[in-house]
Amino acid sequence: MKLLACILALCIAAPALGQDSLPPAPFAYRQLDDPAQEARAQELMETLRCLKCQSQSIADSDAPMAGDMRSEVRQRIAAGEDPKAIRAWLVERYGDYVSYTPRLTNLTWPLFALPLALFAIVLLLLRRRLRKGGGA
Amino acid sequence: MSAAPDPEPKRVSTWALWLPLILFAGFLALVILGLTRPRSSEVESAMLGKPLPDFSLEPAAADRPGLATADFRRGAPRLLNIFASWCVPCSIEAPQLQALADDGVPVDGVAIRDRREDVAAFLARHGNPFARIGKDDVSAVQMAIGSSGVPESFVIDGKGVIRYQHIGVIRAEDLPLIHAKLKEAAQ
Repeated sequence: MKLLACILALCIAAPALGQDSLPPAPFAYRQLDDPAQEARAQELMETLRCLKCQSQSIADSDAPMAGDMRSEVRQRIAAGEDPKAIRAWLVERYGDYVSYTPRLTNLTWPLFALPLALFAIVLLLLRRRLRKGGGA
Repeated sequence: MSAAPDPEPKRVSTWALWLPLILFAGFLALVILGLTRPRSSEVESAMLGKPLPDFSLEPAAADRPGLATADFRRGAPRLLNIFASWCVPCSIEAPQLQALADDGVPVDGVAIRDRREDVAAFLARHGNPFARIGKDDVSAVQMAIGSSGVPESFVIDGKGVIRYQHIGVIRAEDLPLIHAKLKEAAQ
């Protein structure tokens, strides 16, 4: 019985990627009329992660939900909202996951501290070596 | 520094010899850990513990009213199910939602990017456990509550606060968990 259910589930598994038949959201594939606004929207959309296809930005993705997110971003930009505020609104809902621009948090600080630490070590080593070279 | 150059550089060179290997071993361990740990592609909502954002949706079915935030502030916990007629896993979930509704759990639905006739056909075929069904044509409510796919279910307490998110199909074995979360939200 369980096997039969599994086989049945497999038979209907293919259309699981089924798409909706609704037309895309108003600004999913339509640019804003104002080129400056569109540029701001584009810049933001390229650094927002598509939630359905996680190695793409919403600017790159054809997933319906990415289209809905693009439309949301463009409408908010058109309404005069700051890109930072829009990013913050999404991060409030999906966590840092949705953003490709890392924030400085308890979790991410080594990302920012490590290059500085390495640079300091290199400087120290160089100084030592140069001094030694000068002394010899 | 220039005096006694013999013992000092030797110690340094031992370190310099082993440190890269240790660093490499550490890096290798990190890679192996990353490769062997199963990757989760689920994006959890960051809205847990926060009030349901304001929304008001048109009805998605002829015989059920639409859905608004105010419907969740009536004192008793409710289950908010994000579904779509075009989502096949949602049809697999339907019997479990029906079981919850039969147990007296108020279940509300949000139909994502869906046509009324398609919703009607879906409900006719798989049953209608919903008290209310809202129609979300641009995933607005989905985005507002931090949901990233269908199906997803949220336990909302009587004050309209999001208490639990269930990502994916509610399977038969998940029913006790859902009941427990609803009971938790009722306290």
